[in-house]
Amino acid sequence: MTLAGWALIALFVAILGLTAKPVGLWLFALYEGRRTPLHALLGPVERGFYRLAGVDPAKEQSWRRYALHMLLFQLATALLTYFLLRAQGMLPLNQRGLPGVGADGAMNVAISFVTNTNWQWYTGESTLSNLSQMLALAIHNFLSAATGIAIAFALFRGFARRESATVGNFWADMTRVTLYLLVPICVVYALYLVAAGVPQTFAASIDAHTLEGARQTLALGPVASQEAIKMLGTNGGGFFNANSAHPFENPTAMTNLVQMLSIFLIGVGLTYTFGKAVGDTRQGWAILAAMAILFLAGAAVAYAMEVHPTPLMHQLGLAGGNMEGKEVRFGIIGSALFSVVTTAASCGAVNAMHDSFTALGGLIPMFNMELGEVVVGGVGAGIYGFLLFAILAVFVAGLMVGRTPEYVGKKIEAREVKLAVLAIAVLPLMILGGSAIATVTQAGLAGPLNKGPHGFSEILYAFSSATANNGSAFAGLTAGTPFYNALLGIAMWIGRFFIIVPVLAIAGSLAAKKHTPAGAGSFPTTGGLWVGLLVGIILIIGGLTFLPGLALGPIADHLTAAAGQLF
Amino acid sequence: MLNDIKSGLRPALVLTLLFAALLGLAYPALIAGVGQLVFPWQANGSIVRDARGQAIGSAIIGQQFAGPGYFHGRPSAAGKGYDPLASSGSNFGASAKPLADRVKGDISANRPSPDVLAPPADLVTASASGLDPDISPEAALYQVARVAQARHVSTAQLDALVDQHIDTPLLGVIGERRVNVLALNRALDAAFPRP
Repeated sequence: MTLAGWALIALFVAILGLTAKPVGLWLFALYEGRRTPLHALLGPVERGFYRLAGVDPAKEQSWRRYALHMLLFQLATALLTYFLLRAQGMLPLNQRGLPGVGADGAMNVAISFVTNTNWQWYTGESTLSNLSQMLALAIHNFLSAATGIAIAFALFRGFARRESATVGNFWADMTRVTLYLLVPICVVYALYLVAAGVPQTFAASIDAHTLEGARQTLALGPVASQEAIKMLGTNGGGFFNANSAHPFENPTAMTNLVQMLSIFLIGVGLTYTFGKAVGDTRQGWAILAAMAILFLAGAAVAYAMEVHPTPLMHQLGLAGGNMEGKEVRFGIIGSALFSVVTTAASCGAVNAMHDSFTALGGLIPMFNMELGEVVVGGVGAGIYGFLLFAILAVFVAGLMVGRTPEYVGKKIEAREVKLAVLAIAVLPLMILGGSAIATVTQAGLAGPLNKGPHGFSEILYAFSSATANNGSAFAGLTAGTPFYNALLGIAMWIGRFFIIVPVLAIAGSLAAKKHTPAGAGSFPTTGGLWVGLLVGIILIIGGLTFLPGLALGPIADHLTAAAGQLF
Repeated sequence: MLNDIKSGLRPALVLTLLFAALLGLAYPALIAGVGQLVFPWQANGSIVRDARGQAIGSAIIGQQFAGPGYFHGRPSAAGKGYDPLASSGSNFGASAKPLADRVKGDISANRPSPDVLAPPADLVTASASGLDPDISPEAALYQVARVAQARHVSTAQLDALVDQHIDTPLLGVIGERRVNVLALNRALDAAFPRP
């Protein structure tokens, strides 16, 4: 490990520490529906959209209506994507004449992008036309991100409001976040990426004759516009198969740093927005502190594992870090840090092949996902997932001191705890259940590329990634089969909406409650004790649930590798 | 409940279409318009051309080099090697037997004689994209003897050429020391034409 490596981590953390408040305040303005400087430009678009859609943005919704309208919107956008992919062969901007996508594959992609997962069983550059990339996929990168933030806003209102029957208006939240946050940042960001070398053209490819006289067909497309929202919205679905490892998606070490920062930008800002919404910004900083501890621990382990040669490379006389599946321009630290950022958040973009990480280096991304991606997490999804753990933590603290638990001015009672547990139980159910099915069926066992414990890791990683809506992969797994398309599609859907609906139910239940001022007997939810309790609850729930699975996969992989065994 | 659903149908359908038009068509078109106008070279793939205007490749995409008179890039798992229609890493686990066999083969192919040290790791490991345009400066220097012999030039001249093509990290922290293989080989062709 080098000083420059640690300096990069420090630089990364410092920049996000500085952006947390301004981004959080901007989000707070959208949360409150206040005017921003951008309204002068985009206000007419917003009002026009409402008028055509028959939406009254001031009309408040109960949590049930909020949830149902959200689900209807997901269904409508998913169907649009499904039919666009099926009909690809008949649609324009398809210079290479690519055929329509099969039924199981199109269904999987539609679910994958609606749920902010962006799991990709296909190779983008040889499966999808430019029209499909822009119109069928990239729209979800905005809309699923905006939906996640809208859900977080609804939950914030649950904590902040007193004796209220409503939690906001889904259409207004989703539209405002898209127009006043995601689109403006992406326009600037995408143009920066073009300047740095990311293509943006409607041409599909260009033929080159290499120095040695071979023919090389370079796939092109509207990459930059998709790349910007892919990172900012923690979507992660690459234009190309190699994702952010591809030089056309991530050409320099500087774009790599910017991509990592943009994964965390909104998620970090939302912790501040939460504190602001509940009237005590220390509540937000406490959450961010707990996230930072878990993040830095993961980053340190992944860096330490990748920076040394693997037992195999060492035996063959190679020095230096594990460069299999990594790009020279990013190096070990730029790859290891990216892998932790992308799985701590629910991004799933990769700039190195996680499948070729060392056993324990690859354990960290997998474990991050299994914790529910609450370490900063996906835009919106990270903070509402984290607040589920906060509800559990005050419940546990309440049991210890024998009082009704309270959190930011609301009593946490049986209904909220039950709903939180219901949402958290989705992770082990789908990750372990799905992996179990895959390991006892022929169709499932046909998937892994690698043999031995690493083959099991590929399966476990796939279900962790799908359920947690991450989308990264141990990409040796051949996932483009009806078996995996169907099972992982179900895991993605349940992993998203069987968490969102309980979260909205909690929001509704909390919003209806009276404000309970903190008293002398209240458990403080700001200091070091609270941060420690949060970290402990997250690690115990996540750690203990998944430890047996990890022991069969990456840990067995590590021990056999250390013993010099090859598979 | 039924009322909740009914009231959501029109916004769901109309906003799906409006946002699809805005985010799926207008936004990429805007970026393409401005990008093509202000950064036309980058927006079209950073294509480098020879004296006749023929496209040689992209400045930021690796290409296959196999002859002894060129510096070689890293092993590639993209298609049959450096195929931009099939970008990919090998996805071999760290103790996969096929990985061991491949690396052994690449070590002996690169090593001039068994008493020379093994090559730098990046020269015998496959990149993540299969299109990595760079190698480490050490990996370039390791190949100097072979290239010098093939081109009938002195190793000192090539050492100097490699040295000129080393990119260093921004602020000493962001990125790694590296050499762009295509740029190095083009400079090589310009300075020392093939016999």
